Amino acid sequence: MIPAAFDYVRAGSAEEAISLIGEYGEDAKFIAGGHSLLPLMKLRLAQPTVLVDIGRISDLSYIRDAGDHIAIGAMTRHMDVETSPVLAEHAPLLAHAASHVGDPQVRHRGTIGGSIAHSDSASDLPATTLAMGATYVAQGPGGTREIAAADFFQGFLQTALAPDELLTEIRVPKMGGAGWSFQKFNRRAQDWAIVGVAAWRRNGESGVGLVNMGSTPILATSVSAALSSGASIAEAAELAAAEADPQNDLNASPEYRVHLAKVLVRRALEQASA
Amino acid sequence: MQIRVTVNGTAHDSDVEPRTLLVHYVREVLGLTGTNIGCDTSSCGACSLHLNGEAVKSCTVLAVQADGCEVTTIEGLAQNGEMHPMQKAFMENHALQCGYCTPGMVMAATSLLNENPNPTEEDVRLGLEGNLCRCTGYHNIVQAVLAAAGGR
Repeated sequence: MIPAAFDYVRAGSAEEAISLIGEYGEDAKFIAGGHSLLPLMKLRLAQPTVLVDIGRISDLSYIRDAGDHIAIGAMTRHMDVETSPVLAEHAPLLAHAASHVGDPQVRHRGTIGGSIAHSDSASDLPATTLAMGATYVAQGPGGTREIAAADFFQGFLQTALAPDELLTEIRVPKMGGAGWSFQKFNRRAQDWAIVGVAAWRRNGESGVGLVNMGSTPILATSVSAALSSGASIAEAAELAAAEADPQNDLNASPEYRVHLAKVLVRRALEQASA
Repeated sequence: MQIRVTVNGTAHDSDVEPRTLLVHYVREVLGLTGTNIGCDTSSCGACSLHLNGEAVKSCTVLAVQADGCEVTTIEGLAQNGEMHPMQKAFMENHALQCGYCTPGMVMAATSLLNENPNPTEEDVRLGLEGNLCRCTGYHNIVQAVLAAAGGR
């Protein structure tokens, strides 16, 4: 399979990338590692007329301790997230979730920013960073703005990013020793999750993100609210799908996905509480 | 678009369409057909090669993305007519049946050992999760990778 023809330009900086995307208009797309976009282009489900390659912008590849949070450049590859000592210490849930993305070859190319901007609800990192209460930084022609993860995912493959905005940084709060768990249920090692759960828990606080339980990644707020009000893990897990709207596909019916979500949320909370 | 890619140590200047996939570039432009196309959907790993020293699936990389980079294919592993230790280990452990997945397996396995020189059996199985063998000959493949690691 070969993508439809397109023009290709390589940006040397975020500013140049934003300027180029503005110049070429709405049929242009940013490409980072290309591991979400190229498969769609090969199937001709996406046919951008211009690709603006942001994958060489090394200024956007970093993992930094920024006091109360860890700042991750959007062009940081999954492999670098997975193996980061800074994240292992302060945000192990994210590093662990990154180790479950695709397979090593995919993790050598795919980036955290690309995955989040593509915002496939079946991807691991959108739901994980949502559960962690992340903030995303978007840069546009007029400057930068911060977008809370809870406000970012707006529909199937749709985000709060404007067409001429570039996701430049992901900020995840330090976990401060919180317990955590990442559960991914699939049939083969490298597959997308049929359902996945990212969860953390510390004292009365918690965050639970669901993978592939709707058109967007889902924040299971009812589970956290129940836990805060003193519900048991088993009771809270029964509310796992309260915010979800799971789809039917070859792998699972909506009813089965709801069942899986309850089981996996219970397991995740038990592990995060251990 | 004009690109320069160093493949197996030799620089190649080529004029390619931006939509040319890296796997098509190495197979059809450079004639290096050791890299196989399997699923063509970044699932099976048959097209794995090294881009700047790391295994990638070349069906999901554009040739223009490899501009200025170093590529190693299965043809580039042997040195001076001497097989790479991983190739020897595959041969000695009977780690192939039909052989179609083998170039990708060998490239993924050498990349794995670069990152983790002393893997456990589980590390090897996890590290090769992106490579499918339709003969299901995984057992000997894992043994070969462990043998290659032990022989270093």
